[in-house]
Amino acid sequence: MLAKKLKHLELTDVFIYLLGLAIVAVVIIGSIATLIQAKYALRAWFDLVLFGVTLGSIYALIALGYTLVYGILRMINFAHSEVFMSGPYIAYFVADAMSKAGLVEQNPLLTVIIIFIVAMLSSTLIAILVERVAYRPLRHAPRLVPLITAIGASFFLQYTFFRLFGPNLKVYPAINLFDASIAFGDFKITYLQIFVITAAGLLMLALHQFVQRTKIGKAMRAVSEDRETAALMGINVDNTIVMTFALGGALAGAAGVLYILVFNQVTAFIGFVPGIKAFTADVLGGIGNIPGAMLGGLFLGVIESLGPTLFLDGLGIAAPYQLKDAIAFTMLVLVLIFRPAGILGERLTEKKA
Amino acid sequence: MNQPKSFWNPALKLGIIGGIAVVFIALLGMIEAFATRDIIADVIDMGRVLVFISFFMTGHFAIARKSGAASIENVLQAGVAGLVSAAFLAALMWLLSAMPTMRAVFVNATPVLLKTLLFGLDITIASIGLLALGAAVGALPAGLRFLPESPRRALIRASTWVILVGLLQELLVVTFKTTESLQGLATLLFAKTGLSIAGAVIVFVLIVAFELWRDRYGKTVRVRYDHLPTIQRRATNGVILLSLLAILLALPSILGLFFSEVLVQVGLYVLMGLGLNIVVGFAGLLDLGYVAFFAIGAYTVGILTSTSTEIAFAGGLPFWVGLPIAIAIAAFAGLVLGVPVLKVRGDYLAIVTLGFGEIIRLLALSDFLKPYFAGARGLELIPKPFIGSFELDGPQQLYYVLLVGCVIVAFISLRLKTSRVGRAWMAMREDEDVAQAMGINLVATKLLAFAMGASFAGIGGAINASKLAIIYPHSMNLLVSINVLALIIIGGMGSIPGVIVGALVLVGLPELLREFADFRLLVYGAVLVLMMLVRPEGLLPEARRALELEEFKEEEKATSAA
Repeated sequence: MLAKKLKHLELTDVFIYLLGLAIVAVVIIGSIATLIQAKYALRAWFDLVLFGVTLGSIYALIALGYTLVYGILRMINFAHSEVFMSGPYIAYFVADAMSKAGLVEQNPLLTVIIIFIVAMLSSTLIAILVERVAYRPLRHAPRLVPLITAIGASFFLQYTFFRLFGPNLKVYPAINLFDASIAFGDFKITYLQIFVITAAGLLMLALHQFVQRTKIGKAMRAVSEDRETAALMGINVDNTIVMTFALGGALAGAAGVLYILVFNQVTAFIGFVPGIKAFTADVLGGIGNIPGAMLGGLFLGVIESLGPTLFLDGLGIAAPYQLKDAIAFTMLVLVLIFRPAGILGERLTEKKA
Repeated sequence: MNQPKSFWNPALKLGIIGGIAVVFIALLGMIEAFATRDIIADVIDMGRVLVFISFFMTGHFAIARKSGAASIENVLQAGVAGLVSAAFLAALMWLLSAMPTMRAVFVNATPVLLKTLLFGLDITIASIGLLALGAAVGALPAGLRFLPESPRRALIRASTWVILVGLLQELLVVTFKTTESLQGLATLLFAKTGLSIAGAVIVFVLIVAFELWRDRYGKTVRVRYDHLPTIQRRATNGVILLSLLAILLALPSILGLFFSEVLVQVGLYVLMGLGLNIVVGFAGLLDLGYVAFFAIGAYTVGILTSTSTEIAFAGGLPFWVGLPIAIAIAAFAGLVLGVPVLKVRGDYLAIVTLGFGEIIRLLALSDFLKPYFAGARGLELIPKPFIGSFELDGPQQLYYVLLVGCVIVAFISLRLKTSRVGRAWMAMREDEDVAQAMGINLVATKLLAFAMGASFAGIGGAINASKLAIIYPHSMNLLVSINVLALIIIGGMGSIPGVIVGALVLVGLPELLREFADFRLLVYGAVLVLMMLVRPEGLLPEARRALELEEFKEEEKATSAA
């Protein structure tokens, strides 16, 4: 068995495995070194993990949008990161108006609810619009074509927002709803973190139920399994695809609100990095796989938050926090190389890959 | 067809879409920005031309799906479409004057925009005028159908040329002024900004005459050329090529400093475009991290030649020593980054390469590698190339370095394309599995594509580093990759002349039209989408790729018919 494997071993494979081993070695040595040095208290680690989970649940929500679309159309909706951005961006104007009317102070809960509704609606609308204008006419085109359209749509949306609403940073009015925190001995959790994690969890649960229990969800699963056969069974494929984009858009809009609750400000360019991260989360979990996307998001969030300190600090690397995005991208590359089907993924056949 | 509903529906629908589009353009600030540029002095500026074009296109699309025959019905429909879209713009005008506070949301909803739209008239009169204009311009494409094809095309092309010549006024005036005898022509044709009225008429008439002449006799010239004996045909080709070369060599001294700088920019993007064209166009591997190789080339030359004392390995070598090393290292990096992604396909490949590009940028930016790459402050003190003791310091001199580089690289691409390797790349692009079954070594073929593409980007990066004398990691971002990708897509994937046209259109034009620069990336995005929808094969398509896409269109027809 081993001899047979060795016979098929090529130079390129050796190179790839050496690369993988080197990275794993860096991670292990770095972690051990950091832990031996014991620079950080348990509380610091707890904070990092908690922040990672918070961020990760936002990634997971965005990731669901990619996964839903990929499951049905087998394409990466590059413009999804702009769908994510557009929700909180448009909701900002509503929030600003409410703040001027004094509503934010009087009734912060209502404000948050209204922001959620506006953001989810806007994101949904943008997602549907993108599908209608940029993707639907190209549904049978060679694969490169819709991908390029998606990149184009993404840039178009980014710079549309940039030109239409101006280049300056939009800072959300302070919403003092989640300022308090609970302490368990040494560990502290803010209400905001609890809210973000619960809201994301509930939305994911709702999506799961929707896809598994409702008729539309069933149609979505059928179309993703085999579009032609689904059409023959009387499923309106176009409507199902629009529905998928709408669902993904709504989740992205909600994720956007959670994001601004944490970071408090929007520009036209906030979508790009979380978008790529969410895609990475998808690949981690196995693209097209809904539980996988959730798991991948959380995993990536934690690695990204924990990674720089845990892996790199011990190696004496200056300012490891600057490299957190590089860690996320390295994860993406490694997963695609060594386990392209993802952690929970199905084996990709040529048709789907 | 006689039902009133189906008669007005398309016109109304298109009118609404056109109306939203024109309001969108106005709110983006395009009309206002372009209003500062005259096309014909004191008559019309680019902002208003934009409004005209919007109405014209609305009318055009309202009847585009219908048969070519001219009819009053078409004129009515197109006119209504134009009228509806004009109504949208008029509504925007009223909104602007009634609610100046909307500027808090839409930053471009300024009084200046209102003034531009009003044409200096009272708002009521201006609205009526706008509606009439919308109807008239909208009906124009339908009205043009009454003309036979040849004069119709001539009229449209002549109008396009007038706009183009008006836009490029600055460039043309500079060019004309270098020759004594043409100076008079420049003052006749051009006003201080844009064309003079006489100039516009002259250009219009000339182009119409030329188009009509070409329609009548163009074919005979072509046929006569085709019937020439081979030797003479080669001679003609040679003469054309030589005169082209002579013009290319003379360009910097004709155009002066500013336009030479633009040409250098275009040259850089041609270099990178030709490289990415091999990876994406020939081999069909969508690489979104192409900027990584540009960065590697730049940093290699930067480190080898810099005289800065702040970085560890500053070499202080001459540029010409650094360049081949940079090319080699970029090519090697192409191999190294290519190996892990050998089995990754399509969309995944795009994302992985994007990740690579970002990793390289983040590493160059980090404090961790600051002793070697100088971090966010940028790698400084990179010398210019020397020939003997002559420093190639300005764009007018660097232009020649780029010209030589582009010619060599274009030649290599051209030869590779028809070679065994080139054919292997194209087979791989069409179907990897089949290509492998036909005995193509996928590993070697793919890696060669990555390495070739990377080395071309390395040249570009090296020259750019030397040109700017400093490298900022911030400038090595995804936008560069997208720029290069956009230009090869506009030009036509896999087509070498396409790359040059793409670079001229996407890099050269925005530099010349400074008002346009603000909208550059927005337009790139729109152009990528539109191009894929309307003309996926690009402006100057490569024959085989066009065929592939043709197949898809036929399939599409078959499925939509079924």
